[in-house]
Amino acid sequence: MATDFASALAAAFGLIVGLDPAFLGVVALSLQVTLSALAIAAVIGLPLGALLGISRFPGRTVLVVVVNALMGLPPVVAGLLIFLLLSRSGPLGAFGLLFTPGAMVVAQTVLILPIVVALTRQVIEDLWSEYGDHLRSIDLVGARAVPTLLWDGRFSLTTALLAGFGRASAEVGAVLIVGGNIAGHTRTMTTAIALETSKGDLPLALGLGITLVGLTLAINAAAFMAGRIGARFAG
Amino acid sequence: MRETTSILPLRFEGVGFSVGGQDLVRDLDLTVERGHTTVLLGPNGAGKSILLRLAHGLLAPSRGRIDWAAGEGETTGRRRHAMVFQKPVMLRRSAHDNLTHALAAAGVGWRARRAKTAETLERFRLAHLAGRPARLLSGGEQQRLAIARAWALDPELLFLDEPTSQLDPAATRTIEEMLTGLTAEGRTLMMASHDLGQARRLATRIVFMNRGRIVETGPAAVFFARPRTEEAVHFLDGELI
Amino acid sequence: MIRIDRRTFVAAAAALVMASGAALAQTAAPAGGRSITVASTTSTRDSGLFDHILPLFSKKTGIEVKVVAQGTGQALDTGRRGDADVLFVHAKPAEEKFVAEGFSKARKPVMYNDFVLIGPKSDPAGIRGTTDIAAALRAIQAKQAPFVSRGDRSGTHQAELALWKKAGVDMATAKGAWYREIGQGMGAALNISSSMGAYVLADRGTWISFKNRSDLDIAVEGDKALFNQYGIMLVNPDKFAHVKAADGQAFIDWVVGPEGQKAIADYKIGGQQLFFPNANDAGA
Repeated sequence: MATDFASALAAAFGLIVGLDPAFLGVVALSLQVTLSALAIAAVIGLPLGALLGISRFPGRTVLVVVVNALMGLPPVVAGLLIFLLLSRSGPLGAFGLLFTPGAMVVAQTVLILPIVVALTRQVIEDLWSEYGDHLRSIDLVGARAVPTLLWDGRFSLTTALLAGFGRASAEVGAVLIVGGNIAGHTRTMTTAIALETSKGDLPLALGLGITLVGLTLAINAAAFMAGRIGARFAG
Repeated sequence: MRETTSILPLRFEGVGFSVGGQDLVRDLDLTVERGHTTVLLGPNGAGKSILLRLAHGLLAPSRGRIDWAAGEGETTGRRRHAMVFQKPVMLRRSAHDNLTHALAAAGVGWRARRAKTAETLERFRLAHLAGRPARLLSGGEQQRLAIARAWALDPELLFLDEPTSQLDPAATRTIEEMLTGLTAEGRTLMMASHDLGQARRLATRIVFMNRGRIVETGPAAVFFARPRTEEAVHFLDGELI
Repeated sequence: MIRIDRRTFVAAAAALVMASGAALAQTAAPAGGRSITVASTTSTRDSGLFDHILPLFSKKTGIEVKVVAQGTGQALDTGRRGDADVLFVHAKPAEEKFVAEGFSKARKPVMYNDFVLIGPKSDPAGIRGTTDIAAALRAIQAKQAPFVSRGDRSGTHQAELALWKKAGVDMATAKGAWYREIGQGMGAALNISSSMGAYVLADRGTWISFKNRSDLDIAVEGDKALFNQYGIMLVNPDKFAHVKAADGQAFIDWVVGPEGQKAIADYKIGGQQLFFPNANDAGA
């Protein structure tokens, strides 16, 4: 076991220091797909979550529960649904997205949108209970209140986006199904790890895993520090 | 102040507000005249805050009518009255940006916003705090900023819900000086308070409430000298809290 | 102190959205290059064959080949849905059914490799060294020695089931705790066998390039019944208009032509040839 870990660390070190172009391509694609999905989920999910947080309508509780439950949507199920939609024989087949990075972006967006919406709703609901009186007093109600709430909640919302990023970057089931793990085209860090595991090259798989964890750690640390500094300024 | 048709007097006719079948306030009849400083007095739970919130439009009456004389909402769709809360609501921004935000919400253009913000900071002696995060200001500074923010919107009528109840005497005095300055500009104030001394210093009219009803209204001097109801007498004696 | 100004924030958000737009655009129009999608099997990918032969083809023709490696059953489904241009699989009866259903106009033989029965060196079934796969399987069943089955409708799985049948073992009744269907790929099956000391049927290519062998070794090899034939098919463009028929056919012609056949024969790991081209054997 000890030698396994030693060779895994050596493999991780070799990958990072060696700057192998194929490895860098995999890392770049992973980041591109995940960040794209995150950006789309943020553009849709932040306003939607904020609206859900401040509005009251019949069936709202049901909707909140459904969104919360969708946070646990199994990636394989999401992947399968997207696969059936994007397949040439499916309703969106004409776009030819299956087995492309675009399909992986779609799948990851579907996976993280509920996280962004649900966590945003929670943050904005809390903020609204504090801000509501004043904002209603200056006629900022409904959709007009959303920009203010999102801006003032930005440091808490970073956490929502990081949670989405974490889920997307760690996910393998959905991207494997809709992306096909095509070398140099739709191979991400997680599908590469799955592949190397299936080839029995456990040190390389673990080395890739260590790299992925390190990358996730770096991004989280950066966001956390930025949030801390910014929050101190904004009070 | 803008020279436009006044939105005052404000009239309450038989206004009631209930939640879950329980009346929180009822049978409110009231007229708020231009230029007055009306202080709502009464023990906790009398319904003072609810009356202010009904008047400002944060709550909708369950019964009765609330009428403005003219202009309100009809021409611009914007309120010409503003409100300051007991616990100041400070956005997570600098003092300066708290002002610009309210002006932007009121549709004030970028250039005018900058000028108005600078003027307001100066007027309320907040210029030295402009860049500070509003939520890190002291309680008195926050309430001053809240009043400044309301003033920047140029309201004809300003509602204040116990604005000094959480402040120390020095900060309270500063706030009261500012409010006197606002009346000197010809603004109408309507303020909830349970500080009798404050009411004596500021009020021209008193609305005395108890248990969700208006018990007595009248000129401040008359109310303090010769209260007409037994409840008011008890309250002034400090027996009704 | 870092101050995140609102304009900076909006600009960063806009940049992110544009980046994602670029990712999608890149998807829609793959940089002007020609490419085809080939649905194939995990054994061909995991053995490293594609890494060896595809660059030769792409260099010659400028056509990029995107390989989606799946079990043969899933690969055939991918073809049936029109999600691939070419199928490169190994389960002859299923391939002939695919053609009969009209999803392809023709199947061509490409090459064969062979299956090997892998088992722990302790050899609980006592079959090591024999060349009679049927007898070996009967011994495993008789001794209830642990056996890992792919159980995923892959070509290897189908070959395994056919071998049990030939050995006269009726899997419907013989199944027991000793027979583990894992529903995963070849590599996963080898990993599991390695950790539990079980027998497993594997294609030789995957076995040779498999690195996590621990206590596993070849138990049975060399039986004619263990030969594993690969075929290649173009998905019928009459059924799916978007199928890249010309480029797909170019790939097929290259694979079954002299250059492709030589490239396949040249692929070796540790001096061992993994695949044996036989495109000229019409009956294969």
